[in-house]
Amino acid sequence: MADVRLKNVSKRFGESKKNDAVMAVKDLDLDVADGEFLVLLGPSGCGKTTTLRMVAGLERATSGEIFIGDRSVNDLPPGDRDIAFVFQFYALYPHLSVYDNISFPLRAQNMSKSEVDEQVRRVASRLKIEHVLNRRPNRLPSGEQQRVALGRAIVRQPQVFLMDEPLTNLDASLRSEMRVELKHLQQELGTTMLYVTHDQVEAMSMSHRIAVMSMGVLQQVDTPLEIYNHPKTLFVATFIGSPPMNTVACKVVDGHHLQGIENTFRLTLDPSYANRLANTKEVVFGIRSEDARLVNDDSAQLRGTVAVREPLGDETIYDMDMGQYRMAVKTPPRQIFRPGEPVGVAINLNRIHLFDRVTGQAV
Amino acid sequence: MNYEKKSLANRIGFWVVLGIVFFFFMFPLYWIAVSSIKTRTDVISRVPSYIPYTQFQPTLDNYTSILLGTTIESDTGVRASADLSVFRDRLTNSVIIAGLSTLLAVILGTLAAYAVSRFHIRGESDLMFFILSTRMLPPIVVLIPIFLLFSNLNLRDSYPGIILLYTTVNLPFVVWMMKGFFDEIPVEYEEAAMIDGYSRLQAIWKIVIPEAIPAMAATAVFSAIVAWNEFVFANLLNRTYGATVPPWLNSIIGVGAVEWGRLAAASVIFVLPIVIFTFLVRNYLLRGVTFGAVRR
Repeated sequence: MADVRLKNVSKRFGESKKNDAVMAVKDLDLDVADGEFLVLLGPSGCGKTTTLRMVAGLERATSGEIFIGDRSVNDLPPGDRDIAFVFQFYALYPHLSVYDNISFPLRAQNMSKSEVDEQVRRVASRLKIEHVLNRRPNRLPSGEQQRVALGRAIVRQPQVFLMDEPLTNLDASLRSEMRVELKHLQQELGTTMLYVTHDQVEAMSMSHRIAVMSMGVLQQVDTPLEIYNHPKTLFVATFIGSPPMNTVACKVVDGHHLQGIENTFRLTLDPSYANRLANTKEVVFGIRSEDARLVNDDSAQLRGTVAVREPLGDETIYDMDMGQYRMAVKTPPRQIFRPGEPVGVAINLNRIHLFDRVTGQAV
Repeated sequence: MNYEKKSLANRIGFWVVLGIVFFFFMFPLYWIAVSSIKTRTDVISRVPSYIPYTQFQPTLDNYTSILLGTTIESDTGVRASADLSVFRDRLTNSVIIAGLSTLLAVILGTLAAYAVSRFHIRGESDLMFFILSTRMLPPIVVLIPIFLLFSNLNLRDSYPGIILLYTTVNLPFVVWMMKGFFDEIPVEYEEAAMIDGYSRLQAIWKIVIPEAIPAMAATAVFSAIVAWNEFVFANLLNRTYGATVPPWLNSIIGVGAVEWGRLAAASVIFVLPIVIFTFLVRNYLLRGVTFGAVRR
């Protein structure tokens, strides 16, 4: 087992002199503890896969240093890094049987035949794929292909698992099943895991910590609940959560009051906010859909009309038309409003988020 | 019910069209095959005969004649125009030359295609166009320059010269075919193998080449046909040593009368190696030819 440390790592594609050069990853510092399950989360093109591929040795870092355990691995070829990689499309060798696919990494190590056999059977029984060992991988259902890919990764008992969106190609029910199984597998083996996904549900449910990336820049590294409850940037706030956090730009007036652009609303915050907002003129005000309620009494700070009603069974999401902006509010299932109905929105002022409108940083 | 009727009509139509196409392409071959087992009288008869034993009495004389260099009794009065005894030597030459040039073209072309497909090469599209452009001019244009070049380099009447020439002619085709194929093989296969502890060369040998065999087989068939059939350069460059079958076929047409029977027999024997080769790789061929045409 080993930890993984990235020190000031950058990756540029294309030549620096030309305009088409792209900074895929910028000055990334990231420590993954030994035995930790860390998820790299972000939209496509945010640099998360590039980061993973640099750790694997499939891409070379333009600058910075990468450590696996105590070794600097910048100049090591992928095969010498003692890692296992699970690809989004599994990359199972189509001309080899499942057995040969799983034993492939072991045969690179000059292991004896009986030992290889023992290891393959151990892994196959752990993953419940003993019955397909003699078959070709591309004839298998995707769930079993996924297991074969995992088998090939765990059979060599690497220092670190690297996984690139391994569950994306599974259908929804299989995906949630594999989520649990993968988390269980990681706990059982205790191997450090670096896992790339764009799916926040996977990130929230499986990881010890989440590293959120956007446009090549690391936004925040924290436990899932910390990321959800205390997002450090506007990007993290709006990327995590379903529906996304409601945000609206406002001006700060009189120290601790927020005023909507064009005077659409006015919110009075606790006077203690005055200090935090002292240097900020314009903020983005954010509130999660579950921290607002629809009410018909005086407790409402805001007013709007119901635009769309989305009943989900255990709760109902109302998409509210607030004039200059829209807002999603989660309500208990039996609270029913009709589209077009004017309703008040009461905001839990203890659960609000404020971001600098220019920098996007939380204030 | 309606649907089934339509489907039945469709299927009948399909088989009718298939039958016509099959007849169109296969009849010439059949005609050569039956002509090769006819006597001179039958082969030049005004009434065409198609079925051996019922319409004419088959004979193997044509085959023994060209393979053993013997004359046929009915030849009396007709002068054989060329030395029949060299057919076996010519056939051997053709096998060696077509075989080696195909092997070389496929190996070199595959490696080049891999490099172009996988690595970032400056001016890659220009390079690929240049490779293709060598096939754009009619070979006859370079006939005289090649003849002079080969004369000066002592490459005429030799195996290396003609093998080099056919390899060069086939290379662009192999590079383009194989590049298209490699582009379709996900790079993740090699990456997975390299992470699993193999070098790039090992990854190519263990993972990419086994995957590429169908395409290599298909490419090899087409290259072999080109080298096997080539007439103009073979006729000009290798007249004594290392001479191949196609110019010889021309030379036995005969004087005064055409030796249809022997010509047909020689053609049948000449076509056989390619047919056998194609037959051996037939399982790979379809996958290789249609690769990339169907989205996986």
